[in-house]
Amino acid sequence: MPVNYYIYFCLALFSIGVVGVLTRRNAIIIFMCIELMLNAVNLLLVAFSKMHHGAAAAGATVPSTVGADGQIFVFFIMVVAAAEVSVGLAIIVMMYRNIHSVDVNFLNRLKN
Amino acid sequence: MSHVAFLVPLFPLLGFLINGLGRNQLSRSMSGWIGTGAVFLSFLVSCFLFGKVLENGGSTDTLFYLIRTTDLSIPFAFQVDQLSGLFLLIITGIGTLIHLYSISYMHEEAPHHFARYFAYLNLFVFSMLLLVMGSGFVIMFIGWEGVGLCSYLLIGYWFSNPNYNYAARKAFVMNRIGDLGFLLAIFWIISKLGTTEYAGVLEGVAKLSSTDLTAITLLLFVGAMGKSAQIPLYTWLPDAMAGPTPVSALIHAATMVTAGIYMIARTNLLYTMAPFTQGVVAVTGLLTALFAASIALKQNDIKKVLAYSTVSQLGYMFLGLGVGAYTGAVFHVMTHAFFKALLFLGAGSVIHAMHHEQDIRKMGGLRKHLPVTHLTFLIGCLAIAGIPPLSGFFSKDEILAAAFHANPIYYVLGLGGALMTAFYMFRLYTLTFLGEARYHSDPAHPVHESPAPMLLPLVVLAVLSVAGGWIGIPEWMLSGGHRLEHFLAPIFAASGALAHEHAHLTAAQEWGMVGGATVAIVVVILLAIRSAGREKTDDQPASGILANKWYIDELYEFAIVQPIRSFADLLKSVLERNVIDGCVNGIGRLIHYGSRQMRLIQSGQVGNYLLIMVLSMVVFFLIWFNDNKIMALIHKIF
Repeated sequence: MPVNYYIYFCLALFSIGVVGVLTRRNAIIIFMCIELMLNAVNLLLVAFSKMHHGAAAAGATVPSTVGADGQIFVFFIMVVAAAEVSVGLAIIVMMYRNIHSVDVNFLNRLKN
Repeated sequence: MSHVAFLVPLFPLLGFLINGLGRNQLSRSMSGWIGTGAVFLSFLVSCFLFGKVLENGGSTDTLFYLIRTTDLSIPFAFQVDQLSGLFLLIITGIGTLIHLYSISYMHEEAPHHFARYFAYLNLFVFSMLLLVMGSGFVIMFIGWEGVGLCSYLLIGYWFSNPNYNYAARKAFVMNRIGDLGFLLAIFWIISKLGTTEYAGVLEGVAKLSSTDLTAITLLLFVGAMGKSAQIPLYTWLPDAMAGPTPVSALIHAATMVTAGIYMIARTNLLYTMAPFTQGVVAVTGLLTALFAASIALKQNDIKKVLAYSTVSQLGYMFLGLGVGAYTGAVFHVMTHAFFKALLFLGAGSVIHAMHHEQDIRKMGGLRKHLPVTHLTFLIGCLAIAGIPPLSGFFSKDEILAAAFHANPIYYVLGLGGALMTAFYMFRLYTLTFLGEARYHSDPAHPVHESPAPMLLPLVVLAVLSVAGGWIGIPEWMLSGGHRLEHFLAPIFAASGALAHEHAHLTAAQEWGMVGGATVAIVVVILLAIRSAGREKTDDQPASGILANKWYIDELYEFAIVQPIRSFADLLKSVLERNVIDGCVNGIGRLIHYGSRQMRLIQSGQVGNYLLIMVLSMVVFFLIWFNDNKIMALIHKIF
């Protein structure tokens, strides 16, 4: 499958994430949209990794580590995302306890 | 050569700092003696340096560099040679006497004002020493501005009187006009020669075109006009008499006002090579001499007479410079310093005795009460009138003789001025000291002779006024007599080589001229005493063109001050109110309005912030990836 498809798909996924973050008010949905963006990037990394390996392997035998660094990055991102989710969910819980809502539009105390 | 030149200005500077900073702590006698002692110490060092100059000739001491680049270096250096050595002696010597005199004269002042007075006076001596000791135009200019400042401070010393403040301001502004010319001349010299040192300028003088020379010398002369009170910038000097009398003696008679003569004598080669400027200098000097002398004929304030007399004598010095008699001009600076300081201090003694009365119509008969003052004042009058063998005779005669060689008309007019000098001085003398007393004596405060510290300077200056001229007895009178000319010869050698050799008069002709002039002066003196004895002395307002000083002050007021004032008013109402204020307030209003609008962006809504962030990133990437196209577009537009 050509890499273009992956790119278009990831672009669509990332844009959905961005638009979701910008338009939704529910903190949990915003959170999910952020995850969407992260995963779009992950998918793109994997796709490019595969592409590089394939290009290097064309007509020659190469070690399987060629192009593997993209996949390693994906793991890093997953770990960071997991940590971020735990912190973010904790913030959302605290927010709910304080204002009994998860609507980010109520979080405007920095105004003025 | 031992490097002690820096001590000469250092002592007065220290005196200034001590008196200035400690004015609230020091007692009157302390600050007086500190001030006097500082100047006396520099007088001692000056004597030592003068001895060195007599032995070894001039030398230059570089302390540090004010500016040091490849194109221009301006060292802070002191040059002690025949000319500056002579001025050092005059400044510190007469300065010491006048400081001593001031201790007594100013004794009525409160201690902190007393210390302030001596601080200013020391600062003045310091500046004046910088002026004459500097090895280049820049240091001279520093001193030049310094003496101008001190002059301003001391004229306005009694600052609670608004008129004195106006006089101080007038002196300052008029000096600034001249200073502008001086400054332009310095810039011109730097741009043409790349140096401001006298030595460098005199070496490089061949590189200057005649236009440059004329312009530089004229601009320098404008500076001299302001400082030395020549037409048209002379009106500040009579008003400067608002200051204490010793100040008038030191600053406005003996030293500061001769700075212009010093400057021209210092750069004499430039002037010798610019004949046009020399003509301007001579004519300006001569006109000033006559003009001021004519005003002095009708003045009734004892200090005003002396002030106009100073302007007139300065005119003679410039006449001397203009006709190439540099030695004569410097000689007259010296003798004038002696007898004019003497006359001013004598006037101070009279004013002191009369309890601050300065109108000579209300004096008379003081000869009996003030014997020492009377005698010394008489010597001063005889010296300034040019009676042989007093000092004024020799110096004035030398200038007039040189004027005769240059142009007999100069001589005739100059002699006329000298006769006027004799007349107004003896009118002053007669009204003050002779005849009947025209004042009401208060038994509680009788008219009394001044104390010894005031009389000592008078006596010393009287001796100098008599004998000071003997170092310049002309050759035709006494072979080898003109010691001063031989002494100053190195300074004026280059000019002398360029000047035309005059056909010398025979000794008999010289004797005839001098004899005739002396007889004329004696006749005028007798006339003056006779007419002054009959003069009406009732207290009527001054009338006549001379008594009103040719209406020059009124003319300046009408032709210069008023137009400038109206113009300033116009600028104030139009430019200041609308343009400047409009700009300033407009910027303020713009920022105020802009920040009100910017404030709205801070909504507190996270979504808005995110939107702005995303949009900014999109714009950033668009620019990032299209910078080539954008640059091409920009190049196309501009």
